[in-house]
Amino acid sequence: MTTTFLEHVRSRLALHELRTGQGNPLLILHGLGECSPSAIPGIVHGWQGPVFALDFTGHGASTVPVAGGYTCEALMSDADAVLAEIGPVTLLGYGLGGYVGLLLFGSRPTEIKGLIIMDGPGLDGGGGRPTSPMLMRVSQSDLDGSAPDPWALAELASDVRPPSYAADHVRQIQALSGMDIAVVVACLGRPEWLTEVLTSPVVVESDVTTALLTFSSI
Amino acid sequence: MSNEIDVVRSSLPKAQRPDRSRRVDVGGIEVSVVEWGDETAQPILLAHGGFDFAGTWDLFAPLLADQGFRVVAWDQRGHGDSDMAALYTWEADMRDAAHVIESLQTRDPIPVLGHSKGGGMMNQLAEVLPHRVGAVINLDGIPNQRGFSNQIDRSDVNALAAELSGWLDHRRRAGQMNRRADTIEGLAERRQLMNPRLSKEWLQYLVTVGARCDDDGWRWKIDPTMRFGPSGAWRPEWAIPRLRGLRVPYLGVIGTVKEEMGWGTTPEEAFPILPAGAEFHALADTGHFVHIERPEYVAEMTVNFLGRVL
Repeated sequence: MTTTFLEHVRSRLALHELRTGQGNPLLILHGLGECSPSAIPGIVHGWQGPVFALDFTGHGASTVPVAGGYTCEALMSDADAVLAEIGPVTLLGYGLGGYVGLLLFGSRPTEIKGLIIMDGPGLDGGGGRPTSPMLMRVSQSDLDGSAPDPWALAELASDVRPPSYAADHVRQIQALSGMDIAVVVACLGRPEWLTEVLTSPVVVESDVTTALLTFSSI
Repeated sequence: MSNEIDVVRSSLPKAQRPDRSRRVDVGGIEVSVVEWGDETAQPILLAHGGFDFAGTWDLFAPLLADQGFRVVAWDQRGHGDSDMAALYTWEADMRDAAHVIESLQTRDPIPVLGHSKGGGMMNQLAEVLPHRVGAVINLDGIPNQRGFSNQIDRSDVNALAAELSGWLDHRRRAGQMNRRADTIEGLAERRQLMNPRLSKEWLQYLVTVGARCDDDGWRWKIDPTMRFGPSGAWRPEWAIPRLRGLRVPYLGVIGTVKEEMGWGTTPEEAFPILPAGAEFHALADTGHFVHIERPEYVAEMTVNFLGRVL
């Protein structure tokens, strides 16, 4: 594994190349509070191209900022920094990484060559609609600069993910990606946003092996 | 340089810089807190709007201080003289506001007043800290069901594609960005594009407060990584059902002339969603910046309202 650091906004992002190869790159996006795997996961051994994994801001070997302020859009922009570095990729997202991947696909519909959404921490966020607001607090003793950032855990487990917002993004994918099957849902979890996404004709339910096979031929 | 500042500021003799300033740690970064008036007087907290800064209260705050208030304002993170953050959210701004209240060394409920985004924040503050908020004055920060005034039609694929990719393109450049340097007059002219109803004298005054003078000219202090316009899932209309349920004395003031920076809420939309018993004023021939266009009138309304409810 080799690690490259990308300077992006105010973060230094760790991009790990888990395996070199020829062809379409696969980018793994981890779940909330997780970090990139140190070796290529067994389920992607059949992937022919290079395999990368990104540590989001506040996670793994990437910058842990102070004072919080996390959004899925900021993490989407982290993943977009990878596109700027290595070009188009296929995305394999776990939990939070699956949702972030959907946002990125909707925002860069010609630069993502398929998204696979897997179960993982942070798949639901704070649900589909706003609830009682509160002042979030984390223990000062936990804020020692190590990853995962407690602010990330708190804020990205409670951000609102309206189905209509996810629908906006999948509509962009359907209209602009040129793909008949663009998103594969390979998870059991069904937060509201994902149920909405599944109504799109470019989103299918399948297993990860079939999905990787589908996207590797693009 | 100081002579240049003096000349600009002399054209607005009623504007007054704060009497005191200090910094408050909000969890690893610091925000700048300023105050006008007697330090022992009744505090009132002022929250500025997005892309503004505490200096935008320089006309309004002294009027409240003259009426016996300790007027406290802060620069939101990334704005004015506060530290820039790595990340920005509404919820983080709310936490910062709570830190500023904590710094006042009083447990008594205090009145809070906010303009635009700051008004929305103070609505939420009254819900999350009801025991610390004694009254809310909202200046043109009342939501409506239509959302942001400048939002695009999100079902328009091309328009949304431009917005989404534009936001990401900005983020790709943001780490190397610096705000463009200009003269005081030049910065004021550029700001007037977004603040068309405000006077040239006021906008030039704002430059001397909200911008810094570098070797190559003046540039706004606001974090260049910030970008005007909606991003993310958050929508102002989410606050509507909660606003109706507030149990705190409430004064709502809106301008009736629509502006790009404003929320575009009409009197017919605003009044029915305010808390029961709220006082409400829709100001004719007044835009989004009600406290800058009509500082004396809005201050008088505020003082009269607080005189009745405190």
